[in-house]
Amino acid sequence: MRKLILALALLALSTAAQAGETLRMAVTTSFHNSGLAEVLLPRIKADLDLDVQLLVVGTGQALRLGRAGDVDAILVHSRAAEEAFVTEGYGTHRREIMYNDFVLVGPSDDPARISGSADAVAALRAIASNATTFVSRGDDSGTHKKELRLWQGAGLAPEDFERWYRSVGAGMGAALNAAAGMDAYILADRASWLNFGNKAGLALLFAGDPELFNQYAYLPVNPDRHPHVQAAQAGRLEAWLVSPVAQALIDGYQIGGETLFVFNATP
Amino acid sequence: MLDVWNGLAAAFWLVVRLDPDLIEITLRSLQVTLTALVIASLIALPLAALLAVRRFRWRRAVIAVLNALMGLPPVVVGLVVYILLSRSGPFGVFGLLFTPTAMIIAQVIIIVPLIASIAHQSLRELWTDYHDLLISLNVTQRQKMQTLLWDARRALLTAALAGFGRAIGEVGAIMIVGGNIDHVTRVLTTAIALETGRGDFALALGLGFVLIALAVTVNLVIHGLGRTEREGRW
Repeated sequence: MRKLILALALLALSTAAQAGETLRMAVTTSFHNSGLAEVLLPRIKADLDLDVQLLVVGTGQALRLGRAGDVDAILVHSRAAEEAFVTEGYGTHRREIMYNDFVLVGPSDDPARISGSADAVAALRAIASNATTFVSRGDDSGTHKKELRLWQGAGLAPEDFERWYRSVGAGMGAALNAAAGMDAYILADRASWLNFGNKAGLALLFAGDPELFNQYAYLPVNPDRHPHVQAAQAGRLEAWLVSPVAQALIDGYQIGGETLFVFNATP
Repeated sequence: MLDVWNGLAAAFWLVVRLDPDLIEITLRSLQVTLTALVIASLIALPLAALLAVRRFRWRRAVIAVLNALMGLPPVVVGLVVYILLSRSGPFGVFGLLFTPTAMIIAQVIIIVPLIASIAHQSLRELWTDYHDLLISLNVTQRQKMQTLLWDARRALLTAALAGFGRAIGEVGAIMIVGGNIDHVTRVLTTAIALETGRGDFALALGLGFVLIALAVTVNLVIHGLGRTEREGRW
């Protein structure tokens, strides 16, 4: 018994040591599920000798982590919330990095006939008037906020919807799993959709409306508010993210022959 | 059903190839949970012994509360630990959030009531046998507790293993306080949640089977080292 306790204690003490500079960045589930991080992070490590630790959360929680000073920078996609974050003094500034677009995904036989819709708002109206099952992220993420704005544009309020509107309160991947299970419509970002492994009976039905543009921006957390944040490292990372190296990697990232992100940072 | 077979195949290949990422997150799972288990046992076992031998006013209330806390929801524990360790929280200066230490703290809180409750149950039964003898020997409180803990060590092992089982399979709390950061705080359970989110059910199931195998192995090893269930040993 003593030997056992000793062995356990030894194992417990052997904690992993960490070397090099580290930076904590909160990113959205949609960015992470796209798989782009696995391309960018090793290169950042090689170029800057910087370990970027990603916290994968919704945009709402990412901004919250930034406000509390628990991360050094955030990379999210919800312009209004980001601008509020900077105005309130939690972030030093907002730097646009790249964009992709949102797409409407649904059962491949398309019962609500949205694939020929004139625009995104018309597609949502068709889903609502047909009362076909629709899965909402419901987690205050960038994608969720976009969806709510689209409903608003259609003159509809999700609170009034009947049981066909399912708010799952989950990340992009989990919500796509739910939609696949219920054969439901869902608003997703293109990158997550292309990289999603459990498409089941779902298909991409509507895309291309400029309204569905999805801008990602980088916001360093303000060191005046949280003196412990790695402001210098956040600055180095920003310089790298807007560099030609990052541009080549972001523009060159493809899944199944499709480009997922378009770099649009201004140097 | 096909997914389950794909999962088994994925688990098989992960183990056969000795996938470096798999080894890393498996070792981290073990490190976090075993550390939490050692700390929780050091708190819970003496507490259980004290509750068995000592009579004080709030004893029954304390036992009832401990029993109730066995069902402590991990997500709530995670959220409370997150708020305490956040940079804007009371212990923010230590910078512990999103480290394995934070995950250990959360797991200790989750399993202490479980270990203490199960340990107390067996110690109480032993105490009814030992009560008269130990009283007549006029030993100190401390000696009573030591005797009970030593003589009930096999039963206490079961209590500790129950704690291990709860901690190794836990995902709600460590996801919040650890953040599931690759190469830092990613463990088996959070990796399973991540792969499920990506719709890669085969890999998620594969990791799940590895987790189950790990739990079984650890239990067998601990039983082997402790020489339980063998003839001629108590």
